[in-house]
Amino acid sequence: MGILKLILRRLMLGVATLLVVSVAVFLLTNVLGDPVKRMLGRGALPEVVAARRAELGLDRPLVTRYFEWLKGLLTGDFGTSYANGSPVWDLLEDRVNNSLFLMAVASAISVPLSLFIGAYTALRRDKWFDRIMSNQLLVLAAMPEFVVGALLTVLLATNVWHLVPAVSRIRPGEPPWSDLDGLVLPVLTLVLAVTPHVGRTMRAAMIDVLESDYVEMARLKGLPERKVLWRHAFPNALGPTLQVIALNIAYLAGGVVIVESLFNFRGIGIALRDAIPEANAPVVQFIAMFIALIYVISNLLADVATILVTPRLRTRLQ
Amino acid sequence: MSTDITIDPAHTTAVAQPGLLRSAMKLWRTRIGVALVVLLVGVAIVGPWVAPYGPAEFVGTANLRNVEGAWLGTDYFGQDVWSRFLHGGRSILFLASVATLIGFFFGAAIGLVAAYNRGRIDDALMRFMDIILAFPQLLLALVALTTVGPQSWLIIAIVAFTTIPRIARITRGAAVPVVERDFIGAAEALGESRLRIITRELLPNVTGPLLVEANLRLTYSIGIIAGLGFLGFATERNAADWGLMVQENRVALSVQPWGTVLPAVAIALLTIGTGLISDGLARTVAGIDRGRPDA
Repeated sequence: MGILKLILRRLMLGVATLLVVSVAVFLLTNVLGDPVKRMLGRGALPEVVAARRAELGLDRPLVTRYFEWLKGLLTGDFGTSYANGSPVWDLLEDRVNNSLFLMAVASAISVPLSLFIGAYTALRRDKWFDRIMSNQLLVLAAMPEFVVGALLTVLLATNVWHLVPAVSRIRPGEPPWSDLDGLVLPVLTLVLAVTPHVGRTMRAAMIDVLESDYVEMARLKGLPERKVLWRHAFPNALGPTLQVIALNIAYLAGGVVIVESLFNFRGIGIALRDAIPEANAPVVQFIAMFIALIYVISNLLADVATILVTPRLRTRLQ
Repeated sequence: MSTDITIDPAHTTAVAQPGLLRSAMKLWRTRIGVALVVLLVGVAIVGPWVAPYGPAEFVGTANLRNVEGAWLGTDYFGQDVWSRFLHGGRSILFLASVATLIGFFFGAAIGLVAAYNRGRIDDALMRFMDIILAFPQLLLALVALTTVGPQSWLIIAIVAFTTIPRIARITRGAAVPVVERDFIGAAEALGESRLRIITRELLPNVTGPLLVEANLRLTYSIGIIAGLGFLGFATERNAADWGLMVQENRVALSVQPWGTVLPAVAIALLTIGTGLISDGLARTVAGIDRGRPDA
């Protein structure tokens, strides 16, 4: 099986996943409850409800609406907000950019950091650095992000020290890097949320690899230890870790909802939070599909990268 | 969508010793974890009875640190922080435990059936599980709340539903090697029913990894439900809720930190407690320290 064929198969699987997710998102936001009733409240007159429903096009059959929505997603027409009638994309465009920037910065810091911590603690297994790190990561991994973020605010932005602002102040229309000070706490919180998982996976994978025959072999051949580690051990440990990195990038996409709310960061997370009490289904649907897309893409990249990085899989495919 | 080249997380398949919990209690981390959980669960259960005020009782000016009769001061609305803290743990704990229990039951059942039957049933079940995994738990909960609002049943249903694939994966991973072993073949040869083989032969041999995972899932369920409260989706309006308290009082953090710090620390200690128990169990089950591949 060629590598291209495998990538193609993954791609199709990704598209299939997105389709299933789209059905689930559409059903959850249309069938589970009635957005119009939730918007207008329980006391609304039936005529008013019916009129509003017709106005929003919700009186047509479900299946027709689903396919229209799907077609819209594919052609870049993401519908209009129930709350004010403006196109969803106009409302969310700069928020999407802000959130992507936040996620990119958080990943750029947390991925190398956690790989390093994982590999280093595996090398120094059961030494003091490993013990302290393992316990730290365990504690961090258990705490929800908003708790970590709130405690960081207490520590760094308000009560103990005043090093960084407690809230982000990106104005509409300004790029996300216009307020770098305000980016510190959101990024730090996300990094602390993701690093433990990836770090622990990397440590476990590295320990496995270090005990393997081929590392033993490389050492017996008399290769310098540095070469053994970077040429032989590290790439092989990276394979299983990449999958977890992909899962965690998807997780970051969910985590931004919490982190953005905590630090008033102008992104899709806050938009999602605010759309829910309004039962603003088009906004929720768009953000949900966007995050699912991030998941599928990061998974695809992880799959391809795993093949490229793992010698055994690489040769099997040739 | 990562079955071909994933190096299976292949958890340990150690046969669970009868005294798993007892052996785990020999580790300090498990003991600390149990102590923390007992403390916080105790606060959540007993709290409402010993709270000096009701959860939504007005006691004075908002955001004051020193108030007569309210030793930790008042919150954003002039309610007693200490009383709200004592009232605020119950719903989170209740929703998280029920949701995890339901997810655990169905997840273990699906994992065991998939492992025992293999072939098409296995493939279909696990593919479906992978698709549920495509969505961060919190996000799915938020999407589901859009048209219904924060109802307890819905939150339980979504958290349970998203817990299922995570438990199923681990169960299946632990059960597959067990299925290959001789005593399963022997049981089949003796003509035992499928149900009996799955519940009496297979299940007892995967309880170790299952317990670890269930504990870990409980940790995350608490995080998600507290997180929903923090986002403003607590199940009852005006009710005290640790997650919601962090949201309500964080604006006044610099003048009155208690309203934020107290519930945040409570959630932190509770999840650290369950996390430590998971780790203690994992170490006992594995016998070695391998960390946990997980997300």
